[in-house]
Amino acid sequence: MDTVDLARLQFALTAGAHFSFVALTLGLATLVAVIQTRATIGRSAVHMRMTRFWGQLYVINYAMGIITGLVMEFQLGLSWSGLTDFAGNAFGAALALETVIAFFIESTFLGLWIFGWGRINRWAHLALIWVVVLTAYASAFWVLIANGFMQNPVGYRRDGDVLHVTDFGAMVANPAATVAFGHVLGASFLVGAFVMAGVSAYHLARRTAEREFFRKSLRLGIGVSLPASILTAAFGGIGFGMIQPNKAAAFNADPVRIAQVQAEMTALHGPGDYVPPVGWVAGGGITMLTAFGLIFYLSMGSVPLMLFKRVVYGFRLWHWTLVAAIPLPFVAVIGGWIFREMGRQPWTVYGLLTTADAMSPMTEGQVRFSLIAFTVVFAVLVVINYWLLARAARRGPGEVSLGGAPRPTAPERPDPALTF
Amino acid sequence: METLLLAFFAIGYLVLAGADIGVGMVLPYLGRGPGERREVLAAIAPFFLGNEVWLVATGGMLAGLFPRLEGELLAGKPGVVLLLLSWVLRDAGLWLRSRIPARGWQTWWDGVIVAGSWGLALSWGTLLSGVIGIAGPPALIPAAVLAALFAAHGLAFAALRLRGTLRHRAAVLSGHSGGTGEVRTFALTAVALAVVGVLTGLRLPLDAGSSGSWLAPVILALLPVLVAAQAWVWWTFRHRVTGPSYL
Repeated sequence: MDTVDLARLQFALTAGAHFSFVALTLGLATLVAVIQTRATIGRSAVHMRMTRFWGQLYVINYAMGIITGLVMEFQLGLSWSGLTDFAGNAFGAALALETVIAFFIESTFLGLWIFGWGRINRWAHLALIWVVVLTAYASAFWVLIANGFMQNPVGYRRDGDVLHVTDFGAMVANPAATVAFGHVLGASFLVGAFVMAGVSAYHLARRTAEREFFRKSLRLGIGVSLPASILTAAFGGIGFGMIQPNKAAAFNADPVRIAQVQAEMTALHGPGDYVPPVGWVAGGGITMLTAFGLIFYLSMGSVPLMLFKRVVYGFRLWHWTLVAAIPLPFVAVIGGWIFREMGRQPWTVYGLLTTADAMSPMTEGQVRFSLIAFTVVFAVLVVINYWLLARAARRGPGEVSLGGAPRPTAPERPDPALTF
Repeated sequence: METLLLAFFAIGYLVLAGADIGVGMVLPYLGRGPGERREVLAAIAPFFLGNEVWLVATGGMLAGLFPRLEGELLAGKPGVVLLLLSWVLRDAGLWLRSRIPARGWQTWWDGVIVAGSWGLALSWGTLLSGVIGIAGPPALIPAAVLAALFAAHGLAFAALRLRGTLRHRAAVLSGHSGGTGEVRTFALTAVALAVVGVLTGLRLPLDAGSSGSWLAPVILALLPVLVAAQAWVWWTFRHRVTGPSYL
């Protein structure tokens, strides 16, 4: 592999890990907010316990999402200064808006939600989780505006080796971004719904004590999964109709179209290899579609089953199928992401900046060092986090520490402090 | 206006996150066992999420308002890799250490938090040396000074948040002069960090990109909302720590 490939691999590993955690964050946060709303309005004890249990899984997962996301933001400047120099005025502006409109508020309020449990008025506490959910959506939106600009640059003027924004409205209305936003949001609901249904099915199959708790959770998960599938497929379908010609040619692995696209691009941009890696693009797309097919049929079949209490409590084969299906939406989102991003190659900003030109001036040794260091650290942390998630999911609502009653050790003297 | 926004978030990060980084650095001195260390971490627990977003926003300002500077500051720098790795490990340690109630697990992650906090402080120091144009072994001097400043700031913050023995240990810098002395020490270390931020910023080649004309006013208009959100956190957790938190 050459230096550019190593740098791409590093960014892909970070972004791929980030996306799989963020998808669950977006989906689970929404479900937790819905449950907490029910708990707050109805003063329902079981729903409050559900909020704490699913909220605990959400928080464990969020930690990895934020850690990988922080690194990604700075990896852009570290390894891809060609991109930030060339397109920073457009691409970077969307990222800047993401940090102040979305992430700043999301993280600040999530801290309040986690640590303010029991200290903050329950309606204010409910408002906090909804703000966290909405700013998480806003975060996905602005990141996809940046990504959409790379897929389909609009609203800019080129001045030598620098782009300038001429039409911010066009950048925000970019269909490559807005359609992807609907698609990613639907897919995230699916990830959250399948995790909730699968974990609930595990407890129902094992006949653990929390029957009502997990019956309600399973029904919520299944109930959300079907409309989420339709939303995902609808936006995915619209997006599929708009993909770049070289992505489409690679996906269909059609030699005639590939040669045609290569000839057209060579005429436009000079000699070069303008065909994305066919195996990755076609493989990613087929993986996504296959996983989605399984998800959709399982979801359709499960909706009628969940209506019968005896089936929900007793149908073990169905339970274990749902448990086995937990990885499916993760596989689908990673497949779809590979399809979208690999299919953009060899461009970083489509038609304007190649990936090779987007890279920072780095030596192979520098790239190798950071690739190995980040990969080792992230691999260990990802394994630990999934193990912790599985552990917390298996142990059930009895052992949740999030939102637990504060256990103050006896204070000698309650003296208020003037912090800040 | 672009420069003011960058300075606002960068100095906010140094002063606010500097306190929780510093507490991480002096964790072995303040907390002598896993239980004590958990209480020390409770001093920063509600704040660290809301503190690190100031750096994320600083990165956002670089990306949107100073795209060329972003590349100049970050591209290919081994110090940036060390900074990010330290940040990742420290955050992982904070999130993970109390999830398993086993002594070995907690001691390990406490160690990771301490190492990550020192790594963060020292890599900020080497990046700062780079900006002011000091290279080679002499670059360690500003790095060591900045690390000491972070640690002092952490102690000062811990003295305001902790109680009993832990507070007594943390108050070593204010000569145990009580509440006002503690506030004075914290104010002093905070101002010192802000001055470091301003002096470093003056050495940066601050050539703004072309999006500032419309982007900067939008961000400026959002500032009151961001500050209000943070103020809600500060107000909610204005009292001293009374026991372990989620972290």
